[in-house]
Amino acid sequence: MNAIDNKWIGTRTIRPDGVDKVTGRAGYAADNVMPGMVWGKVLRSPHAHAVIRSINTAKAEALPGVKAVVTAADIVNFPLDKSVMLGIQDMRWMCRNVMAREKALFHGQPVAAVAATTAEIAAEACKLIEVDYEVLPHVIEIDDAIAPNAPILHDFIKYEGKPSNIAGTMVNKVGDIEAGFAQADLVIERNYDTRPVHQGYIEPHACTVSCTADGKVTIWSSSQGQFMVRAMTSLLTGISQSNIRAIPAEIGGGFGAKTIIYLEPVAVMLSKKSGRPVKMVMSRDEVFRATGPAPGMKATVKIGMKKDGTIVAAHGVYYLQAGGLPGSPLRGPVGCSFAPYNIANVLSEGFDVVSNRPKVAAYRAPGAPLGAFAVETVIDELCEKLGLDPLEVRIKNHARPGDKAVYGATFGSITFVETTDAMLKHPHYKAPLDKAPAPHIRRGRGVASGFWYNAGGESSAQVNITEDGNVTVTTGHPDVGGSRASTANVTAELLGIDHSRISVLIGDTASIGFSNLTGGSRVTFASAMVVTQSTEKVIGQLKERAARIWKIDPEAVDWENGEARPAGANAGKFPALTLKELAAKANEMGGPIGAGIQLNTVGADPGFATHIVDVEVDTQLGIVRVIRYTACQDAGRSLHPSYVEGQIQGGVVQGIGWALSEEFLYDKTGKMDNASFLDYRMPVCSDLPMIEAVALEIPNPKHPQGVRGVGEAGILPGLAAIANAVHDAVGKRFFSLPLSPPKVLAVLDS
Amino acid sequence: MAKLHVTTTINGEPTEFLASPDQNMLDVLRDTLGLTGAKEGCGTGDCGACSITLDGRLVCSCLMLAVEAEGHSITTIEGMAQGDHLHPLQQKFLEMAALQCGICTPGVLVAAKALLEKNPDPSETEVRFWLAGNLCRCTGYDKIVRAVLETAAEMRGAA
Repeated sequence: MNAIDNKWIGTRTIRPDGVDKVTGRAGYAADNVMPGMVWGKVLRSPHAHAVIRSINTAKAEALPGVKAVVTAADIVNFPLDKSVMLGIQDMRWMCRNVMAREKALFHGQPVAAVAATTAEIAAEACKLIEVDYEVLPHVIEIDDAIAPNAPILHDFIKYEGKPSNIAGTMVNKVGDIEAGFAQADLVIERNYDTRPVHQGYIEPHACTVSCTADGKVTIWSSSQGQFMVRAMTSLLTGISQSNIRAIPAEIGGGFGAKTIIYLEPVAVMLSKKSGRPVKMVMSRDEVFRATGPAPGMKATVKIGMKKDGTIVAAHGVYYLQAGGLPGSPLRGPVGCSFAPYNIANVLSEGFDVVSNRPKVAAYRAPGAPLGAFAVETVIDELCEKLGLDPLEVRIKNHARPGDKAVYGATFGSITFVETTDAMLKHPHYKAPLDKAPAPHIRRGRGVASGFWYNAGGESSAQVNITEDGNVTVTTGHPDVGGSRASTANVTAELLGIDHSRISVLIGDTASIGFSNLTGGSRVTFASAMVVTQSTEKVIGQLKERAARIWKIDPEAVDWENGEARPAGANAGKFPALTLKELAAKANEMGGPIGAGIQLNTVGADPGFATHIVDVEVDTQLGIVRVIRYTACQDAGRSLHPSYVEGQIQGGVVQGIGWALSEEFLYDKTGKMDNASFLDYRMPVCSDLPMIEAVALEIPNPKHPQGVRGVGEAGILPGLAAIANAVHDAVGKRFFSLPLSPPKVLAVLDS
Repeated sequence: MAKLHVTTTINGEPTEFLASPDQNMLDVLRDTLGLTGAKEGCGTGDCGACSITLDGRLVCSCLMLAVEAEGHSITTIEGMAQGDHLHPLQQKFLEMAALQCGICTPGVLVAAKALLEKNPDPSETEVRFWLAGNLCRCTGYDKIVRAVLETAAEMRGAA
């Protein structure tokens, strides 16, 4: 643990990248230009499901101003029968998601791309590309996709020996659920359905790419991992990683969806063929139609409880919508839904279902909010029927350190009970609520909890002392929400110098060691770890330099408040040497001062969240409004409290959108009907109250500052907490999301 | 389409540019004039990331034709700070961490400044409805609303 008196850790410093972001100077992906640049545009499938018989690009290529055209023939083909994985992504699906091959599998899937001197000419040329399609019957919904005689998307995918749209399964099991249910005093089983939702980052995907005559590629793009951009582009173009430099632009929101790429390999091939730098920017319409939403779900959850609140058995079956290519986040609902609780008998089953929709991508605790919605509403109903307090029941059943989770891991120092207890004791939980303030207004309160794995993984940092005695820190993680601020706080703390003397940068793939994605709630945890170790090495060097100057043993030197001092009277009497003084003497005393660390970080314990929400239901209009919200997570140690709160508040509001208003709507031809921010309704400022974020600080013993990841768990409980609150308000249970006004009215009228 | 010559004022500077009759102001700001502080989040006036003011009135620059700037005065996020002196809203957004990824921030700041110029003492509800046209997906708006209210209070105190 960090024993020194914290001057910077836990303070609300101004983020290193802040001024650029409030003055409009920060460079996001679409802000970049290169000399001689041309513009790339993508031609997308007008059909939800069609065989691509042929593509004729001759007329497009002949249009004046057109510099290059690419199709799937220019992207590396990964044959369907052999899986090639990069992390959790299968290149068989990625190459087809980037550019359709045999078939178009969803409306909006890329089919070809053009680079031209202007964006308008590129768009015009796309219209001149002749694609011969054989249109096939399509299927959008899960029930239709798994029905007998459903149109099959991929002939090679078999389930129970037959061609199927079930592309994968996952099972977690402990104990014997039948024996468990037999012990229960009450068993409740419910069916659920939810719609796909989009991550909704405000910055559309964009990149600028330069491929030069010597085969070197520079990519400037916005992503959750410049090393992922490099590796995936390398695989999809066949260009070696050493010839690709991926420069991370500022990222305008990702929430998981920018852990994969769409444009970069296409832009590389356009640049290679045209000999010009290429810029590509998606429109919002393209973002909705062709970039990953989170899956919709059909599920059945059955839970058995004793009269005293003990959960004795639980069974969850979750079907998730993968989109046109396999890859639903099954481990979300399958592994997470029951993980907050110590339940002796659990069966948790997941099915990955393909249908003619855009391929899903990660979204904040991928898949887990869906499972939590189902499980946490069944628990609420059990508590209601048995007359038990829902938070006390969660505490009664809480998983403890040392328990084996249903997904196989043994829990370390988890703090679910502390998180839930904080909500039980929070004034909000017992605050009076006028349940019928007006004739058509009903109010209610709901609670729910959630679990997310969190992650460690590969991270790199370099800490350098400048010649004038200040500090630059470089890490390999795109900063989605203030991680540079946390890094600066840690470095200032360890070096004992003023925060303003530290600059924190995100390195490109050629200037910093490999670092895995910004995702999994891992960046603050992992970067604090590598930055701490790098800074400690630097402090070691500084002590050595001082020892050399004083001609004493380095062991006899202390580093305190930004200065080297003799450790005690025995070490000798010397005036302290400041960082500036040591930097000035660096070259005569052994050369530049700096150190880097590259680690596979471990010790990230899972994250838990418990929420309390009050809602107001207009029973005439069916509108549900959130009027008070309190959300609790354990941050372990808040390196920068504002950005911890920000993660929680942002996650909560994404959960509110998922619960109340967000959904993909399709027309009969398989086209998305609401591909705009006007019709895809994310929460706006006037929809919401303030969001109270309660961040506990129970240190993670496996982290130098005690950090636990907080990025994702905040999205988990909201879906169920809101449904539970609406039940409390109107006395009806809701099993389908979003709780849009027509749906609410239909249930109220039933 | 032949381009038209436009004479306008941007952030107090007399400015001339050529634009097609169908080109929107946002594209001219970003691609012709190099003022990339205004962002394109949607291109349909739904997200507010491209917010500017036209003769003091808040508009989405993606919904404005560039030729409509003729003879008018535009301010963008680049005109908000005076040299190295940040506007109180910019300073408060930094102090109160009212941004995460920052892509919506220029639009939110331009909109918030337009609000405080009209209404120096807005209620929380007024701030929330005024900013309802500026989507932010990171923050849940909590810290944005607090920062605007706090800035308004400070500016009233200083006035």
